[in-house]
Amino acid sequence: MAELQLSVNGETHSMSGERTIAQLLGDLGVTAKHVAVELNGELVPRTQHADQTLTNGDCLEIVTLVGGG
Amino acid sequence: MSTTLDQFVDTPLKVGSHSLSSRLIVGTGKYATYELMADALERSGADCITVAVRRERLIDSEGRNLLDAIDTSRYTLLPNTAGCFTAEDAVRVARLGREILSGLENPGANWVKLEVLSDTRTLLPDPVETVKATEQLVADGFEVLCYTSDDPVVARRLKNAGAASVMPAGSPIGSGQGILNPNNIRICLEYLKEGDPDYPVIVDAGVGAASDVAGAMELGVDGVLLNTAIAHAADPLSMAEAMRHALVAGRLSYLSGRIPKRLYATASSPEEGVISIRPR
Repeated sequence: MAELQLSVNGETHSMSGERTIAQLLGDLGVTAKHVAVELNGELVPRTQHADQTLTNGDCLEIVTLVGGG
Repeated sequence: MSTTLDQFVDTPLKVGSHSLSSRLIVGTGKYATYELMADALERSGADCITVAVRRERLIDSEGRNLLDAIDTSRYTLLPNTAGCFTAEDAVRVARLGREILSGLENPGANWVKLEVLSDTRTLLPDPVETVKATEQLVADGFEVLCYTSDDPVVARRLKNAGAASVMPAGSPIGSGQGILNPNNIRICLEYLKEGDPDYPVIVDAGVGAASDVAGAMELGVDGVLLNTAIAHAADPLSMAEAMRHALVAGRLSYLSGRIPKRLYATASSPEEGVISIRPR
């Protein structure tokens, strides 16, 4: 199975096999409703998370809301 | 017509398409616990709260998210772009915030508190980048509430760039110094409300105590946004109450028409019928 190496929030994650964004969020235990995802600097709307397949070397930012002023 | 504090029902604070029943907007940062935050938000009477956008902590010891602690059906969330130092990053963060709020079906999805800072020590806003980001976000359909300095010229530039509200700082973020230059805030109000009296101007940042909130409202601003003054007070819950009352007191004082300041005294008791000998 192909190795998939991703940068997620600045950290390298290695896994085997294909993943969509929705699957990755599931693997990471992230509540999809609480986050927004950028793939290689471009926002991916949540409606496309299930269709967007990740490729080796992709860079993701997964952000949520935190306390702020 | 006279109004008591308890009876006073203010007109809503209108910003873009939003209508807020409280003119106090409070932040959600710096609280010791989520429980304390939730209680303080409630005691403040605010119906709009600010939030920040940050990387999801993928390995979290507590596993709790801010969104588990806030009743998002009760508050309009106002996402900020805090921590951004360029227009490009601010636009990026604003879009990410919009994406999260859309998913939550929160009415705050279409607006943003734009903050583009110049350096980490002063946290003063970068006016050039702020104007640039405002133009881009307005073009992208956002209602933009601009955090800025109290410079009236920059304030006017931001309004002209399409800002839904201009939010001059009273003093640096989290400094608790209050309104350092009320004259500049007055000129901001003159500039921004000229021929457009309903244009919303909100003092954002610098509040330390309830008197600062009352003082800001007495200048004629439409609202006050604060965070640290409640979150870091020794008793955040009673400070939240103090802020709520100060806002209403300051607002009523403004609406009631204060007396002009004079150099000399004017007696409150009648001159007529005085039996004492008066000095010349």
